[in-house]
Amino acid sequence: MKPHRKKKLAIIAFIALGMSAAAGLTLFALSQNINMFYSPTQIANGEVASDLHFRIGGMVKAGSVEKSQDSLKVNFVTTDFVNDVPIQYEGILPDLFREGQGVVAEGALSAQGIFVATKVLAKHDENYMSPEVKAAMEAAGASPQNHSGLSEQ
Amino acid sequence: MLPELGQFSLILAFCLSILLGSLPIVGASTNNLLWMSLARPLAAGIFVFLAISILILTYAFATDDFSVQFVAQHSNSLLPTRYKLTAVWGGHEGSFLLWTFMLSGWMLAVAIFSKSMPLDFVARVLGVLGMLCVGYILFMLATSNPFDRIVPLPPADGADLNSALQDFGFIIHPPTLYMGYVGFSVVFAFAIAALLSGRLDAAWARWSRPWANVAWAILTIGIALGSWWAYYELGWGGWWAWDPVENPPLITWLFGTALIHSLAVTEKRGVFKSWTVLLAILAFSGSLLGTFITRSGLLTSVHAFASDPGRGVFILAILGISVGGSLLLFALRAPLMKSEFGFEPLSREIFLLANNVLLVVAAASVFLGTLFPMVYQALTDDLISIGPPYFNAIFVPLMGILVVLLGIGPITRWKKTSLVFLTSQLSKVAMLSVVLGVVIPLVIVLRFSFAATITIVLAAWILLSMLRDIKNKTANKPDLRSGLKALSGSYYGMQLAHIGVVVMMIGVALTSSFSAEKSVLLAPGESIDLGDYQFQFNGTLPVSGPNYIGDEATFIVTKAGNPVTELHPQRRLYLASGTPSTEMAIDAGILRDIFITLGEVKENGAWSMTIYIKPFIRWVWLGAILMACGGMLAAADKRYRRLRSRSEEKAVNSGRAGLRTAT
Repeated sequence: MKPHRKKKLAIIAFIALGMSAAAGLTLFALSQNINMFYSPTQIANGEVASDLHFRIGGMVKAGSVEKSQDSLKVNFVTTDFVNDVPIQYEGILPDLFREGQGVVAEGALSAQGIFVATKVLAKHDENYMSPEVKAAMEAAGASPQNHSGLSEQ
Repeated sequence: MLPELGQFSLILAFCLSILLGSLPIVGASTNNLLWMSLARPLAAGIFVFLAISILILTYAFATDDFSVQFVAQHSNSLLPTRYKLTAVWGGHEGSFLLWTFMLSGWMLAVAIFSKSMPLDFVARVLGVLGMLCVGYILFMLATSNPFDRIVPLPPADGADLNSALQDFGFIIHPPTLYMGYVGFSVVFAFAIAALLSGRLDAAWARWSRPWANVAWAILTIGIALGSWWAYYELGWGGWWAWDPVENPPLITWLFGTALIHSLAVTEKRGVFKSWTVLLAILAFSGSLLGTFITRSGLLTSVHAFASDPGRGVFILAILGISVGGSLLLFALRAPLMKSEFGFEPLSREIFLLANNVLLVVAAASVFLGTLFPMVYQALTDDLISIGPPYFNAIFVPLMGILVVLLGIGPITRWKKTSLVFLTSQLSKVAMLSVVLGVVIPLVIVLRFSFAATITIVLAAWILLSMLRDIKNKTANKPDLRSGLKALSGSYYGMQLAHIGVVVMMIGVALTSSFSAEKSVLLAPGESIDLGDYQFQFNGTLPVSGPNYIGDEATFIVTKAGNPVTELHPQRRLYLASGTPSTEMAIDAGILRDIFITLGEVKENGAWSMTIYIKPFIRWVWLGAILMACGGMLAAADKRYRRLRSRSEEKAVNSGRAGLRTAT
């Protein structure tokens, strides 16, 4: 083999090695960090394993928000208009969190069937419904336009 | 009437773009001087008409013309003037107009600052940019016209600008980011022009370098501004969220960083040509990908504009045509890009190659993590999200390796560097770095911390090897001062940018490891401790602004009994939209930030709030500023101008010679 060919081969091998190491690492990291997303109906149907950390999305049910007056605890119910899931959270809710609006929460289900959230995200744009919430609505067969409190558009 | 003129002006710009995208390129391949020379005036014309367009839209905002749908959706008569003027980029249509206008600005700059390049090359570069303009303006006219009217009954008042956007950050972040983003189109156009002409030589790399450096520097600032803004406005205390819309600028930036390094090798040594071209295409694709993700509504994100599938498909088509077309051209021209591997396994080329591999792998893994949820959903119908732990797990080790190599790379020599030389240069540096890394944290905070030690070892490693390199480079001069004077602007630019890397690394590492935060409920008069500080809450007072009302709290911050500062976070309610918004109060410092965000009031008068202490957070953005300054300094190197003035001289001389023979 000619010397410059050898060098070229070495460089290509170097790159290939780096790339495959990176690809392996990446796929491993990816598999460790996937957050599944479920709708209240999927949870009601028992599709979620008990110790799984996941995201839930839906609407904040009107009149369901109970804020504790002497701590940062908040309880509310998220709904896809077919099934409801109670959510418990301790912390400060985002600015755009409101009853009758879309919400995404991250956490796990407790033994009592309450979703204990570690993070609550509210959508950011007035006219914008997060695709996750929209998908959850559609999957449950509910059309958000038919429900009061959502006709802001 | 005026909005229609704005649209008409947009249509004129579109017609000029069609001419620019065709005539000069055809002219360059048929050697038609007239057609080639049309490129510059056409580019200037597009700039003028897009400027008129965007000015008319701004005027519609300034005069509260709510018959224009875009204005009605994104402004309100109570909105302060500075936000009315900038609400132009507060929504999809207007921000895309800004994007296209930025592109025309770059085109104008190319038309003006390209005197040293041959006409056919300039014609091709501007032609390629003209084609992009055709796509962008067509997109606006077909799917997202900012001048659409609400007929027959315009609303009495507008819906107001999103309250989270009513902030200084909104005025500067989008334009800067777009300018940087779009700047990579220029470097892309240079690469395509070189492919078209078949002239992939050192001259092409030299012409590209200042443009790549400037675009990269502006993008760096644009991303840093976004990070700074998110930090103080969104109120979650973070400076980077691995949000699907933050990631494409980062991907572009990583490709861009690889590109400016690879261009150096191509210019100086004539190797890595095809790789450099590929990086230029990738960096440009990254910028289009960013547009696609924000505007298609595919991902959940704080940046996402209200979605419309038609727009997504259109941008995907632009992406497909431009990237697919350029890759096809790349494949066709590949045989032209042979370069000899005239270097040894231990040489500066290899270190720059390693830099490129690491940066590209980092970019690819960010890309994968960003798009994986979309692909997963398409395949399985299940919704997933990829969290920050994934990105951190990949990104941090890669950057760690990069930083270690960064200490060695600049000291190596082109073509061949002996191992003995490197060891003699760097063994002391390495030992000293380790000693400093162990000692400094012990002296300052009196305890051992793994994160702080690693950070300081790496920082010392880069800085000391930099000093070593400067010492080498000035050794043959009589004294240090004349030695330092003889070093070039681009050398200083490089070192400054590398210092920026060190500063940013210190900021990222220390703020990630030593931040503290606490969410509490405090009644007026109560106080709480966090870190070394005491926070005394002295109640709230009502405040009001032009378009909001709210409460302002007072906090007295002390450290061991000594007053530090007084903080006044606010909780606002924006009247037009009815959205609450929290205005945090920050006491910024070079060594730490303290900030407080106000939650809500309870029945007994207590407020919920979050208090944060963020050590070294400012260093993250300071590092970015230094990097950008380094990039600008390198772009301003006399070398590029000297070449230009020499060729100008030549042109003038030959002109004179011509005159002389004529007389």
